[in-house]
Parts: sequence; structure tokens; C-alpha cells
Amino acid sequence: MTLQSLNRFFFYKLYSVVVSARTYADFTPQATFDIKKCDLHKLEEGPPLQAVLSREEGLQYYRTMQTMRRMELKADQLYKQKIIRGFCHLYDGQEACAVGIEAGINLSDHLITAYRAHGYTLTRGGTVREIMAELTGRRGGIAKGKGGSMHMYTKHFYGGNGIVGAQVPLGAGVALACKYLGKNELCVCLYGDGAANQGQIFETYNMASLWKLPCIFICENNKYGMGTSVERAAASTDYYKRGDFIPGLRVDGMDVLCVREATKLAAEHCRSGKGPILMELQTYRYHGHSMSDPGVSYRTRDEIQEVRSKSDPISMLKDRMLSNNMASVEELKEIDVEVRKEIEDAAQFATTDPEPPLDDLCNHIFYNDPPMEVRGTNPWTKLKSVS
Amino acid sequence: MASLRCFLRSGKVFVTVRDALNQAMDEELERDERVFLLGEEVAQYDGAYKVSRGLWKKYGDKRIIDTPITEMGFAGIAVGAAMAGLRPICEFMTFNFSMQAIDQVINSAAKTYYMSAGLQSVPIVFRGPNGSSAGVAAQHSQCFAAWYGHCPGLKVVSPWSAEDARGLLKSAIRDDNPVVFLENELMYGVPFEMSEEVQSKDFLIPIGKAKIERQGNHITLVSHSRMISLCLDAAAVLAKEGIECEVINMRTIRPLDAEAIETSIMKTNHLVTVEGGWPQFGIGAEILARIMEGPAFNYLDAPAVRVTGVDIPMPYAKNLEDNSIPQIKDIIFSVKKTLNV
Repeated sequence: MTLQSLNRFFFYKLYSVVVSARTYADFTPQATFDIKKCDLHKLEEGPPLQAVLSREEGLQYYRTMQTMRRMELKADQLYKQKIIRGFCHLYDGQEACAVGIEAGINLSDHLITAYRAHGYTLTRGGTVREIMAELTGRRGGIAKGKGGSMHMYTKHFYGGNGIVGAQVPLGAGVALACKYLGKNELCVCLYGDGAANQGQIFETYNMASLWKLPCIFICENNKYGMGTSVERAAASTDYYKRGDFIPGLRVDGMDVLCVREATKLAAEHCRSGKGPILMELQTYRYHGHSMSDPGVSYRTRDEIQEVRSKSDPISMLKDRMLSNNMASVEELKEIDVEVRKEIEDAAQFATTDPEPPLDDLCNHIFYNDPPMEVRGTNPWTKLKSVS
Repeated sequence: MASLRCFLRSGKVFVTVRDALNQAMDEELERDERVFLLGEEVAQYDGAYKVSRGLWKKYGDKRIIDTPITEMGFAGIAVGAAMAGLRPICEFMTFNFSMQAIDQVINSAAKTYYMSAGLQSVPIVFRGPNGSSAGVAAQHSQCFAAWYGHCPGLKVVSPWSAEDARGLLKSAIRDDNPVVFLENELMYGVPFEMSEEVQSKDFLIPIGKAKIERQGNHITLVSHSRMISLCLDAAAVLAKEGIECEVINMRTIRPLDAEAIETSIMKTNHLVTVEGGWPQFGIGAEILARIMEGPAFNYLDAPAVRVTGVDIPMPYAKNLEDNSIPQIKDIIFSVKKTLNV
């Protein structure tokens, strides 16, 4: 290299550093955004109509939502390759719900949901690696491969529940424990528009209200319970009002800021001892009910495409941040690259990690018990079971 | 004040099954702040069958909770509370009503420790009267021992005496796993002698171990709950004819103490099981299958048989009801047939 070209090289390097430094310093540290007004039921005041978003928060929400999206799409891929089997209910489209809720509570609070649970497993502290390895049924899975898609657990996250609606009384029970133990914690208890008609949910509304349990009931209304649209399943589709005596609010579930502000309000309500509150999040799932449902027999491709182009939660956040100079296109692309790598690594792990050892078959029947014998498939086979 | 107590010289007392259960719960509530009781009428009514008498007065609203009549809801709430660190006792007014909540017992409680590969335990007790009572007819008389006994992840316990009730309930409450505790309404008022050792606060009966209530050489009778009383009465009658029955009180349905039964059969060479529930796929069916598959089969001198409730819904009229469940004469008849005398 000539001295001149070297000089030019260093000049450009210095220039780009200076330019970048200047650009980073130029990013807006925080901005205020208008958010949709929530419909209220037996509530004096709703969440504020504006939300403040810091650059750090924005980048974090973006990263988490993108991770969730890519993880679910990878799961779709692995399922089609038959590496994931059985049930697989994907969450793509609904990312703003999981991320917005977590932004409104603490990790020390509690959360329980139904079977569309991969997103929540992530926000509640699970890693992509252990989630994917659980889907592929390997020993490195979050439940050692013994639970699968619908039975993932972390600290203060009670799954992952396969029986529609059963998680709602469970969640109220967790809230009862929160109140009993006096630690100012609450429980977020999620269910779908399909589950919302379950009798045990109304039983739970009654007891949670009677006993003033610190429980945020959240209905994730993605407009379809499996293949049945809400109009065909519910005499009243105002899910935020179905708690009757429980105050409720209907929230734009595609806007992470809207979800966050509503959750903050709900959490404040619970922590001040007022009892339960109900949030309906209006959201949408891009995939069908599960991987065995193409999702287009009961809704049109146009409808799905419309939501993707007009209301995608990740796009909405990205547009907000870019148009307010809170991040650069390159920066967000870099996050995308990092996320893609994380997902690839996790998928690599999930497809190469061995299945659980056969001698784990009968373990984990009882907790804190001495080892015992379990009958195998025939009288001569006695298997060992430890706690 | 309620309990009927006669003080005998040796420090032994007579305690009814009801009082034994009451005292066990009282002591465990006192011992561990995380223990609480919920169910219909358990607090201000003192319990539908007065088993929780006095507890609400002593412990208050936080620990003794009256629920609305919503089994699925409150059983689920109890399981959730157990998952989050409390130790609930969930009372079903009778186990017939537990059918409304059975999904929470099986799918939310029993299976969770396994599905989570050990991440989430469920220390809960489901208790209440089980099986037939007197004149309560078909919807209120079913025995659920076989249904719950079928499921891995559950412990299922069926006490007979006051000592059983006390020791097993304490063990159940201290157990870190879901325990189904099957009481019997007709036994609540029956007094039993209780030694000083049994009255002590840390008296526990291990779950999964049967007890020989009466020694004998000629035939083994295996039973649980109220039918033990009938077995002992039948044994007394048979003794007069020179037939000595060994009566085994299962105490626990799941895990089943097959070893105790096998050891006895190796001595007596004959087996009759006695239960109040229906015959098909019942407790006796399981015991017989295990004996067939195990070492005791070669010691049987005659086919093992079951004495069970009649395979019908429970009728109301007294004479019909009496003929729907095993009577002492049915046990005697089956013993003699098995012994070929």
C-alpha cells in the first residue's frame, strides 16, 4: 500500500468512527408515543394515552420480540422436518403481549398460561436453547424432554398447561399464595378467547373477587378458538366485561407499549389490595391453532396478510424507533443477525443433543421420596424411580 | 367441647375417627404456617361432618377458608396455591363431588412433578368421605379408591381406625406430593382406643405400609376402610369354628403394599379381598392380578377371590342398600368356599 492510500484508509476509518460516534450520540434517548385508548369496564380511569419509551427499553423489547418470532418460525421449520412432534402451538403475531406484560410486572411476580406458551417461557427466564431442546424432546430441554411444548416451567412460571381453562383456577391459587405469604407479589393468569367460556373461569372470577386475590386475568383474544371464530363461540365477545363484577379493560395487544401501560395499571390495582382485574388483549396469531392446522380454512389469507402488513408488533416498534431516531437501521439489522445466530445455535443444540436416558423414564413421580420400584410393561420388568 | 374421652389407667384414651382427624389437622396447622384448609362449610359451619370443628375459631379466615360450591374452581385454586409454596388441605364434602374437579386432581396435581421433570412439586392433600354411607343413594355413594388408585403421581390413602386417621393424615399433610385421603362417613363416630404413643404430636404412619390387624394361619383377608370392621367381625365368628383369619388393613391404596399381602399368603395359602366398591377394575382386581404375577401365586391352594359391592348404582331402600354392599355373612361365605369347608 502507498503512503497516500494508507493515509486515505486511516482517514476514512477515523471519519466513520467519528461519524458513528456522532450518530450514536445523536440518538434520541427516549420518546413519548400516543397509544390507543382502552375500553373500560367498571374502571374509573384507564392507562395513560401516552407511553414513554427509552432507547434501551426499545432495543430490549425489539430483541426479545424478534427472538420470539424467529424461535417460533424455527420451530415451524423443525416441525415440518418431523424433528418436533405432537402438539406445537406457535405464538408468532402475539409477541407484543408476552413482552408488554413482562415489562409491566417484575420477575418476582408469577405467571401462568395455557399451551401457546413458548413466548412466555422465554420472557420468564427460559433460554431459547432449552426451549427448543424441550420441543425436540432432548435431555437438555427445560423439562429434560419429559414435558414437551405444553409443559415448560421456570421460576414463578407455572407452564404451559394442556387442559383448556384449567390454568385459570391454578393462577388464582398462586395469587392466593401471594396474598397469604404477604410478599406483595401478584399472579398474571392468561387464557384465550376459546377458554373464556369455560365454567371454571367464572368460578375463579367469583372466588378471586370474594377473597380479593392479587390476580390479573388476561384474555388473549386472537379471534379464533382453534377453528371457531369468536362470534360463533361466545354470546358476548366483550371478554373484558365477562368478569362482570371484576373491573376490566380492552387493550390493543399488537402494541407493546399499550400492553405495558395496561399491565402497569393492572398491577398497581392488584398490589393496592383492590382484588383481581381483567385485561382483554386484542391480538392475532399468524399460524393456525397448531402445526396441524394450516389456519386458512376458517379465515382468509387476505385477513392474515392485512394484519401482517398493518399491525405487526415488531414492525410497529421498529417504525416508531426509526422515525424518532431512537435507533439506526444498521443497529436493528445487527440485532436481527445476532438473534438469527442465537436461534441457529439453539436449533443446532436441539437437534444434536441426545434424547433423555432410558433410566430417566420412571423418575420424577414423587418429590422428596426414597427411591421406589415402578412396574414395567410386564411383571418381570421392575424399573427404578428416584425423586 | 366435643370429644368423647374416657381416660384409662395406662394413658390410653378412646378417640373417635372424627376427633382423630380434627386433632391431626389442628396439630399440623399449628406446626406449619403454610398449611391451610379450604372447602365447603369447613369454617363457620365447623365442617359438613364436623371434622373441622373448632378450627376456624382457632385459626381464623386466613387458614380455614369456606368456599362457594364450585369444586373445579376451588380444587384448582388449592393446587395453584400448592405450586406456589403453600400446603393446602382441600376438602371435598364427599368424593362424589370430586368428580367435578377430577381434572385438577389428575392433570394439574398428579402429573405436574413428572411433566416438569422435577421442577414443580405439588404438596396438597385432597380429603373427604368416600364410598357408601347410609341411605344417600346412587349419586352420593360411589367409592373412588380404584379411580384415584389408578393414577401415577398420586398417593392414595384409606384409613380405617382413629390411629390410622391420625397417623396417615399427618403423614399426608407432611408429604410433599398430592395425596388423596379417603375417609368414611360411617366411621367418623366410631371410637378407638389410642395409646399414648399414638397421641404424640409427631406420631406418623408411613404411607405405603399395610398393617396386620389380626394374626391368623388359615386365610388372608385384605381390605381397607370400613370393611376392616366387617372383616374383623367375620374373623371373630369364624374363629369359633376354628378358622383363623389374618386380617390385613391396607391403609394405603397407592402405593400398594403387595409385599405384606404376599408374605401373609405364603403363610396362609388362601386369599380373599374385601372392598365396598364395585368389582370391575377395582381394588381386589388389582390385588389378585399382582398375586398372580408375583411369588405368592405358587403358595395359593385355591383361587384368590374378591368380595365387593354389587355391580349396580346404590339403591335407596334400606333392604336394597343392605344387599348392595358386603355383609359379614358374605365374607364368611367366601372364606368357607375358598377353604372348601
